[in-house]
Amino acid sequence: MSQAAAAVETGIHAEHHEDLNFLHKYILPLDHKIIAMQYIFTGMIMAIIGGYFAYAFRMQLAFPGELVPGYGLVGPGEYNMLVTNHGTIMIFWVAMPVLIAGFGNYLIPLMIGCDDMVFPRINRLSYQIFLVSALVLILSFFVKGGGFGGAWTAYPPLSSVAEYNLTDWGSSLWVLAVALEFISFLLGGINFVTTAMNARAPGMKMMDIPIAVWFIVIAVILFMASVGPLIAGAVMLFMDQRIGTTFFLPSGGGDPLLWEHLFWFFGHPEVYVVLLPTLGIVADIITVFSRKKLFGYKTVLYTAFATGGLSFVVWAHHQFIAGIDPRMANIFVVTTVLISIPLAEMMFSYIATLYGGSIELKTPMLWALSFLAAFLIGGVTGIYLGASALDVYFHDSYFVLAHFHYTFFPITIIGMFAALTFWFPKMFGRMMNETLGKIHFWGTFIPFNCIFLPLFFLGLAGQHRRIYNYQHFPDLATQELQNIRIFATVSLVVMLLFQLVFVYNFFVSMFKGEKAPDNPWRANTLEWSTSSPPPHGNFKKLPTVYRGAYEYSTPGREEDFWPQNVAPE
Amino acid sequence: MTNPSSQSVLFAASEVSLTNRPKRAKPPVSSGVIGMLIFMVTEAMFFAGLISAYMVIRSGIEEWPPWGQPRLPVETTAFNTLVLLLSGLTMGFSRNLLQKQKFQEGRRLLGISLLLGTFFLVAQGYEWVQLLNFGMTVSSSVYGGLFYLIIGAHGFHVVGVLAVLIHAWNRLGASNNPITAEGLLPLQLLWYFVVCVWPVLYVLVYLT
Repeated sequence: MSQAAAAVETGIHAEHHEDLNFLHKYILPLDHKIIAMQYIFTGMIMAIIGGYFAYAFRMQLAFPGELVPGYGLVGPGEYNMLVTNHGTIMIFWVAMPVLIAGFGNYLIPLMIGCDDMVFPRINRLSYQIFLVSALVLILSFFVKGGGFGGAWTAYPPLSSVAEYNLTDWGSSLWVLAVALEFISFLLGGINFVTTAMNARAPGMKMMDIPIAVWFIVIAVILFMASVGPLIAGAVMLFMDQRIGTTFFLPSGGGDPLLWEHLFWFFGHPEVYVVLLPTLGIVADIITVFSRKKLFGYKTVLYTAFATGGLSFVVWAHHQFIAGIDPRMANIFVVTTVLISIPLAEMMFSYIATLYGGSIELKTPMLWALSFLAAFLIGGVTGIYLGASALDVYFHDSYFVLAHFHYTFFPITIIGMFAALTFWFPKMFGRMMNETLGKIHFWGTFIPFNCIFLPLFFLGLAGQHRRIYNYQHFPDLATQELQNIRIFATVSLVVMLLFQLVFVYNFFVSMFKGEKAPDNPWRANTLEWSTSSPPPHGNFKKLPTVYRGAYEYSTPGREEDFWPQNVAPE
Repeated sequence: MTNPSSQSVLFAASEVSLTNRPKRAKPPVSSGVIGMLIFMVTEAMFFAGLISAYMVIRSGIEEWPPWGQPRLPVETTAFNTLVLLLSGLTMGFSRNLLQKQKFQEGRRLLGISLLLGTFFLVAQGYEWVQLLNFGMTVSSSVYGGLFYLIIGAHGFHVVGVLAVLIHAWNRLGASNNPITAEGLLPLQLLWYFVVCVWPVLYVLVYLT
């Protein structure tokens, strides 16, 4: 029937969406695209705060005891607060909102061809709770005693007893902010999975869904299944801090190791929660810019399932030196090393996609390729740390720090820039400047390696994390090691300065850039079939899907791409 | 086809912008139910976290309950458990009746189910007052802390779900935008969850 009827109905729908004032369009939106941008912009503002913190404590490490320009003197307590909140912000308030909530919100409805999320109001509520959580975290920096300084893992009793951490309200507000943020993503996640299951365009089968959507959905399911114990733990920690229970205090019959289990049962899947969306985004970008079908769509998908399943049974590798039974540690060594198999398989699929393709090195492609390269270093160094015999020596050293920055930096920052540069034309209807984009890319990627590669060597030299001044340790105070620290800090400052290029490019392109066509990258997925930017309601006529998302360079076709919504001749 | 009244109260308001969605194949499971099932997975993991915390701390203490702490009222709570299970059962019967379009009877049975739930809550509150009088508080020992944490988390769920269900019960007979049997289903699922998790907690906290 009902192509015509459908068109009429959506027409009404679109009209219904038009008359919105500024308040309802940008401040209290129901439109998933605006909510996505709220998440992305909030995440980017938080990234600036997190980057500023990194600048302050890196300067302290390179030039201990001197005034940091633009910050002041960094004392030991303040150093801990900066490190703790740098980690917390970058994971919970940058990686999660930008990659999952932001791009999940933006891409899921557009890529599966529907007009909005299934529960738009819950979506809006989710952002509002997220905003409150960010404000609570920022508030915690200004209360008496300052922000929480017990590391982002918040091990008790340090985090639960005010006499130990000296930040009575800072630590409570920190726990509260994290708990609020989880509630926000819980609501958002319910929405994502339900939408992807129930609102797909007619004709879109499970195996026609773009990998980006699949991976965000898998990530959300991982999050939903793992966050419960941590919410329970957060409630217990909050009670320990505020009403005098002793769940984590050995003196009162509690068990501090219990928190580590509750935290890492969530904390390790969380790594894959933020990793999978970036892997999905990268899969979509490399297929478009190598003009080739994704190598092994189903393999890639199943490896993601395997990674997700395994991620629930590896958590104790964070606790090898916490006094767990060595026999139990052996089991976790095996599962940890096992998880590298599906991820390696996924990497090979991506590289096989590139093989023989006609690669265009546009900015998004550069980011995607650099993600693969950098993440590979992060993944390979992880295998060393997964072995308990080595981890006993590496634990809490700069080797660990460099390892997880080689995973989290590509995931969060590189993944964010890849996605932003790729979907910028769709989001704002204008193209970004390619030259500035490439300058920004090299100005970020080279300094990134200059910051973190030397830190591996500092770790091998025995440098422990969470120490604010190494001059107090004769073995670590040598000029050689200090030169490495200064080199890393200078690289960080250079990298931060290059971000100005991006900010300039972003805002100038948003208002003055060249007008973007509907499908500037000649891509297949549904979001490119509507106008740039898409109207409220996304599609003038809701699309029907005829094929998978990766039909590039199909033999016998004149064009080298075949959009999902184009009917076969 | 996804008209607002076919959704639950919890999600009803959120469905507005989808009313003009063009016709597409009816999903096998409604969005409200899927959303609630996912939420219940998280809830189950939340209680699993609490239960494992209880077992870990319990295994580290020899004398349980610790010296000077009152014993828990096993028998009265067993009766209370039966009341809650009965509430779940009547909830199921009321759904059957509502699906058969027997509106009045279904609504009455749902009301009875909610009354039973409220009785459970009040009895629990009375028990708490008694325990507090006996000197068992959150900070008196880790035993008290765990009791109030776990039973309190469950009670908090009972209060929340009851409140929403009473609102839904009101809306069942409303003249405009009434709620249907299908729309009630996600909330009923959550109530079944609250009912089913209780015996586990009872055995864990009261009996072992």
